[in-house]
Amino acid sequence: MDKAVRDKYTVVIGLEIHAQLNTNSKAFSSDSNQYGSTPNSNVSPISLGHPGTLPRLNEKSIEFGIKLGIACNSDITEYNEFSRKNYFYADLPKGYQITQFDTPICTGGHVPIRLSNGETKNIGLTRIHIEEDSGKSIHDIDPFNSLVDLNRAGVPLLEIVTEPEIASEEEAYEYLSEVRKLVRYLDICDGNMEEGSMRCDANISVMLNGAKEFGEKVEVKNMNSIRNVKRAISFEINRQIELCEKNVEILSETRGFDAPNGSTIQMRGKEGVNDYRFFPEPDLLPYVVTEAKIETIKAEMPMLPNELLAVYTNKYGLSEYDALNIIEIKEIGTYYNQIVSLTSNYKGAANWIMGTIKSHLNKFGITIAEFSVTPQHIAEILLLIDTHKISNSSASKKLFPALLKSPEKTATQLAESLDLIQNSDSDDLAGVIDEIFTKFPGETGRIKGGEMKLIGFFMGQIMKASGGKADPKMTNKLLMQKIKS
Amino acid sequence: MKIDNSIVDKVAGLSKLEYKGEEKEAIKKDMERILDFMDLLNEVDTEGVEPLKYVTEGMLELRKDVAHTDITKAQALENAPSKDSDYFKVPKVLSK
Repeated sequence: MDKAVRDKYTVVIGLEIHAQLNTNSKAFSSDSNQYGSTPNSNVSPISLGHPGTLPRLNEKSIEFGIKLGIACNSDITEYNEFSRKNYFYADLPKGYQITQFDTPICTGGHVPIRLSNGETKNIGLTRIHIEEDSGKSIHDIDPFNSLVDLNRAGVPLLEIVTEPEIASEEEAYEYLSEVRKLVRYLDICDGNMEEGSMRCDANISVMLNGAKEFGEKVEVKNMNSIRNVKRAISFEINRQIELCEKNVEILSETRGFDAPNGSTIQMRGKEGVNDYRFFPEPDLLPYVVTEAKIETIKAEMPMLPNELLAVYTNKYGLSEYDALNIIEIKEIGTYYNQIVSLTSNYKGAANWIMGTIKSHLNKFGITIAEFSVTPQHIAEILLLIDTHKISNSSASKKLFPALLKSPEKTATQLAESLDLIQNSDSDDLAGVIDEIFTKFPGETGRIKGGEMKLIGFFMGQIMKASGGKADPKMTNKLLMQKIKS
Repeated sequence: MKIDNSIVDKVAGLSKLEYKGEEKEAIKKDMERILDFMDLLNEVDTEGVEPLKYVTEGMLELRKDVAHTDITKAQALENAPSKDSDYFKVPKVLSK
């Protein structure tokens, strides 16, 4: 789309995220909340909706909701009630979903995002509430029936709803990335959009700049990655602006994202809007969150991405780019934290992660969890380098590959057995330099006469004579002294 | 309260039910009788009375997050009118 046309319009986006909580058991029953189990094996009379069963709320649902609320600076609701949201669907066994309607566990708060111009923008949250997931219907296996798997029925969810404050597809992308990082650092959801453990619906409208009223809102669903959310929003903004430009009315409707085509297609119009007939869930008494409970959870909060960023840049002296890179994936951030708990060479640790380690992970397509070299190894390597025992290049080219093969050994053991320990004993080195001077009297005369370009030649000869084990810095220093003496 | 066709159609739609002809007339009368009874309740002065949402006192006790298996897949599927070894089978719900 022509930028001039797009710039005439203000885009208004609100996102709803459903985060599946990584609890052991379901929201209202004890059946396992394990992804990927055989169909209908994680079920119970409660999650199957059998008559006479009663829900019992998982304490983690409340705790995880409070955790996320604290992380987003939300107000935590003291008096929590549950409601029934009624609708009929084959994968909703009870015919209603238990959710929080009037009293979401969190209200307000915000998630800061970084804009491309370097500024920070706070995306306001309307609410975060606890609810249960439905089962799964499969339409494409059996030609005559839909198949229903109720393993997911009753899995606890947090629904996170933003204010309509997101102004572009890029901001939506940043916001989702931040929320995913947050739930992963909080360890409440694995944030895997491909597997559906984090899902996102987008409400999108456009209006001419300066208009008083929002345009007609379109909801877009079925986006299974953060990238696809961005693509879907991008398509939808263009579609709506094109309609506006042609003076065609935009219908308030629900559209699905069609990933192969990068487009959105109508799913249902407004006339099909459901009447959910919310009413208080009589099977669950109200739950009161005490101040003491909030304080206990606060005390157990891990360091969050933004707090880590401040520590890395202010205390450890990393660049914002490096810091963000390390924080991006929680497991890598944790790995880094483990290294720097053992060494104060913060930059060295960052360089190892961003260089040797990340390129190894990328090359073999593995995650850091499958990586055999430990943070202790890396801290030890850094110590060996910092004390001039080994060179940077032999550390990454020889010691690192050896550690990959024998992670049960220490870095020092391997450096010794590979004969990588540098000679930084000045008496030994002085002897070597003297030998070289004797061996090359002509060159020695020239360099002593001021022909400094020969320094490379001498360094090379000394390295060769020492079998590559001379500490380059030390050698250079001694060599200069001897030339001048 | 007078129940007209549009109300019957709306409630029937939400319930995934269908009413035609005599059945529709009959359900209209039933619904009217139910709502007339509600009107009777509405005559009671409830000014200043909090709605009774819960019939027991007290607050919710939470359950520890411990998973255990109460029933097998075979037991879960046992009473289903239509099933295979893994799934509940229902009429096609996606009209495409």
